[in-house]
Amino acid sequence: MNNERERKKVFKNLSGIEIKGLYTTDDVKNLEYKRDLGLPGEFPFTRGVYPTMYRGRLWTMRQFAGLGTAEDTNKRFKFLIENGQTGLSVAFHLPTLYGWESGHEMTIGEIGKEGVAIDTLADMETLFAGIDLGKISTSMTINAPAAILLAMYVAVGEKQGVTADKLTGTIQNDILKEYIAQKSWIFPPEPSMRLIVDTIEFCTKHVPKWNTISISGYHIREAGATAVQELAFTLADGFAYVEAATKRGIDIDEFAPRLSFFFNAHNDFFEEIAKYRAARRIWARRMKDKYHAKDAESWRLRFHTQTAGVSLQAQEPENNIVRVTLQALAAVLGGTQSLHTNSFDEALALPSEHAVKIALRTQQIIAHESGITNTIDPLGGSYYLEALTNKMEEEAEKYFKKIDELGGVIPAIKKNFFQMEIARSAYEYQKQVESGDQSVIGVNFQRASGCGPKIDLLKIGADVAEKQVAKLKKIKETRDNKKVKASLDKVRAAAKGKENLMFPILEAVKAYASIGEIIATLKEVFGVHKEDAVF
Amino acid sequence: MVQDKKIRVIVGKPGLDGHDRGAKVLARALRDAGMEVIYTGLHQTPAQIVETVIQEDPDVLCLSILSGAHNELFPRVMQIMKEKGINDVLVMAGGVIPDDDVPPLKAIGFEGFFGPGSKLQDIIDYIKTHLKR
Repeated sequence: MNNERERKKVFKNLSGIEIKGLYTTDDVKNLEYKRDLGLPGEFPFTRGVYPTMYRGRLWTMRQFAGLGTAEDTNKRFKFLIENGQTGLSVAFHLPTLYGWESGHEMTIGEIGKEGVAIDTLADMETLFAGIDLGKISTSMTINAPAAILLAMYVAVGEKQGVTADKLTGTIQNDILKEYIAQKSWIFPPEPSMRLIVDTIEFCTKHVPKWNTISISGYHIREAGATAVQELAFTLADGFAYVEAATKRGIDIDEFAPRLSFFFNAHNDFFEEIAKYRAARRIWARRMKDKYHAKDAESWRLRFHTQTAGVSLQAQEPENNIVRVTLQALAAVLGGTQSLHTNSFDEALALPSEHAVKIALRTQQIIAHESGITNTIDPLGGSYYLEALTNKMEEEAEKYFKKIDELGGVIPAIKKNFFQMEIARSAYEYQKQVESGDQSVIGVNFQRASGCGPKIDLLKIGADVAEKQVAKLKKIKETRDNKKVKASLDKVRAAAKGKENLMFPILEAVKAYASIGEIIATLKEVFGVHKEDAVF
Repeated sequence: MVQDKKIRVIVGKPGLDGHDRGAKVLARALRDAGMEVIYTGLHQTPAQIVETVIQEDPDVLCLSILSGAHNELFPRVMQIMKEKGINDVLVMAGGVIPDDDVPPLKAIGFEGFFGPGSKLQDIIDYIKTHLKR
């Protein structure tokens, strides 16, 4: 090999794994087809969770959307459905994520800004007005208050005449990654885990088609983790949920088929594909061999993907369309079950309709024009991809061992293990960008000069906050406040005891108690989480 | 500028925004550049941030918001600082601040805007050349 002729001394991928110039049979000589790959739809599912994959059914095109009031977002949902979107995904504004009522001091400047403002069931009724919940699946990015939003969705379904057993969708409900990366926690870890197991128990009996947790690597990655860290920390969280639910006495095959995952699709094309394949294999093996799940449905790792928000650049934003296309392609080649493609203007603001449409069209072009969906796992058997899949599994196993040594996921969170690992990776990456080792086109390489074309950004007006606060005030004046108080008393009593919280929460929601009121009641019993401000 | 004294910086995250990647990367970079860095942690009200400023007496206050709440929260921080008579702290802003929002924030005393794609070295250099005391 004549190394002088190569552009760099060492080639590394985004996780810092050294990549060779050429991969051959030598790199996969220990690979056993049946043991390590299997057929699509068969253990260990490396090649995909279903036998026909996209030949049978395309992935769900599900754009995350939420802005302004429930009316505003309802309009955006209908725009997306008219343009061929096949599932809904709700982005709530920050006050909802933290359980603060619109108008509280903590909500100043935040109402309707990063998502839709939802305070009571009345807002949820507006959000889904004219959308048949019996026909569309809805994913809700909600964590600490997930039980409340699930209850609201069930209540809206009832009003539409759709019973809970017919509802399909997902609550994110993944609190562990909130402490690790996304940071929209409310309660301390232990009561939060109890709430999650309550939702699992409730759904298993009453909303059987609902995905109870979307175990998320997306935010871990966005916060700075490498692909290997994303893979390892996410699956470790998944194991922690399995252990918590089985400890409650719920049979693994009752709840595991309804666990789903949510991964990032970042820039390093092959590493991302390897990550999804490794994730499926690790999950299948653990579920079968360690947790003794017997139902094949429990072994299947189904996942949603979102392209990497953090990879979007404010400079020359149109280039983001190309980045998103490549990332989406990696997700599809990795066998995703649903996909959100980011809009090119999202480094600057919430996306405009124009930008969202291009993002959705990107998925449609991949699905219907590229021919990629004609065959299953077309990259399976590639010497490079299989070697990289193996390597990622190995690296993830090292992290699992380390997390076990720290006493498990929650003790590791309390020791700031994940937080510091992610902060270190984020800083290392930034230093590589600064030094030019990592090129970012239009930013540190071929840097943009002069102004690009003017992009029309979406702006959320101050009237959104006024409207939302006024709506909440009106609800509080017109609802039966005695009923609200009685229902909140039941929530408090259940929180102190062991009763499943979903039932009293459902009652409170139907009485039009606000999320803020229910969360405040739970805080009285559970307390609040405090993070160490480490960096 | 007194060179033997370390520059003291507070990195603050006002509001509910949980996007702390940039703030933490900056905190590390400033520390590596020899500055003394205090990170407020998340979910701070403007009043809490100013309280930290009073207690820690920094040369610089770096505020980061990516949630879109900057037009409400940044002016509040500045207003409370003025009420408390603090006028010798360099106040800088980072995060997602659209160009149109910059002039009004400059008018009330924000200096040094560093959005997505900014170089850490540029921020360090800016701090060193714009201290107010």
